[in-house]
Amino acid sequence: MTRFLCLLALLFTAPVMAQNALPASPYAHRQLDDPAQEEKARSLMEELRCLKCQSQSIADSDAPMAGDMRSQVRERIAAGATPEEVRSWLIERYGDWVTYNPPVNAVTWPLWIAPGVLLILAIWLARGLFRRRKTDQKDAG
Amino acid sequence: MNRWLLWIPLVLFSLFFAIVAGGLMRPKDNIIESKMIGKPIPEFALPAAIEQRPALTTTDLATGKPQLLNIFASWCLPCIAEAPQLLALEQAGVSINGIASRDTPEDIANFLNRWGNPYVRIGTDVRSAVQLELGSSGVPETFVIDGNGVIVHQHIGDIRKEDVAELLDILEKAG
Repeated sequence: MTRFLCLLALLFTAPVMAQNALPASPYAHRQLDDPAQEEKARSLMEELRCLKCQSQSIADSDAPMAGDMRSQVRERIAAGATPEEVRSWLIERYGDWVTYNPPVNAVTWPLWIAPGVLLILAIWLARGLFRRRKTDQKDAG
Repeated sequence: MNRWLLWIPLVLFSLFFAIVAGGLMRPKDNIIESKMIGKPIPEFALPAAIEQRPALTTTDLATGKPQLLNIFASWCLPCIAEAPQLLALEQAGVSINGIASRDTPEDIANFLNRWGNPYVRIGTDVRSAVQLELGSSGVPETFVIDGNGVIVHQHIGDIRKEDVAELLDILEKAG
């Protein structure tokens, strides 16, 4: 019986070391009242990287710091900032690393032009192949 | 000419393989440096975290003398590990300002009673707002700030014994 009570008591314990002793920031888990603003904030949050769990966006992350960032994003947008202003506010502090939608610059331009270059290359290759096939047919005929 | 073209796919594949293998073998680097180094400390005003120490605002950090700004939390284990080093820096005459991240006054007071209080001021940052302003991504982190209130250095993670001399050196150069 004592053992059972001890186990039962374990159910009600809280971890001693927790970052969650405090309530979350006001807009960490609450949407903005204006749906248009919430939509803007939402799509920006999906493109911002969580600082604690670096492979997640702040929209996906449960880390307390991601909650604080979501709240900042929503509050700034509610106050009239554009999503790009909020993004550059964070880039100024953490660098391009913080956004999943990197700006075009000296380091990132190959990323941006690579798809176009590959597509042109593919069309050129395909064209060569089709043409060869046609001449083959002509030779045969 | 065609014979040489035949090798292109293999070369491309080897290149791809080398890049992927290189990426897999390189140890993961999670450290994100603040881009605020070299810039003045952003405007902020944090309320006092405990009764025994005054609050912390931007103007407290531009006093003509280089200082340290340490971000800590009672829930952070590496902060316990760096506590002796902060006390050593305080002994060496460094003025250390604290920012308590996402913490309650009782927990902060208990933490400082147990591991020592090296701070001249402690502001409480319950929503990580100032941490985001500073470009800091975790606790503990320590910033060296020069007499004009400009951030000159960021130390990410706990301060180990071997880091104390380096920080003193940077503080002296910032003076």
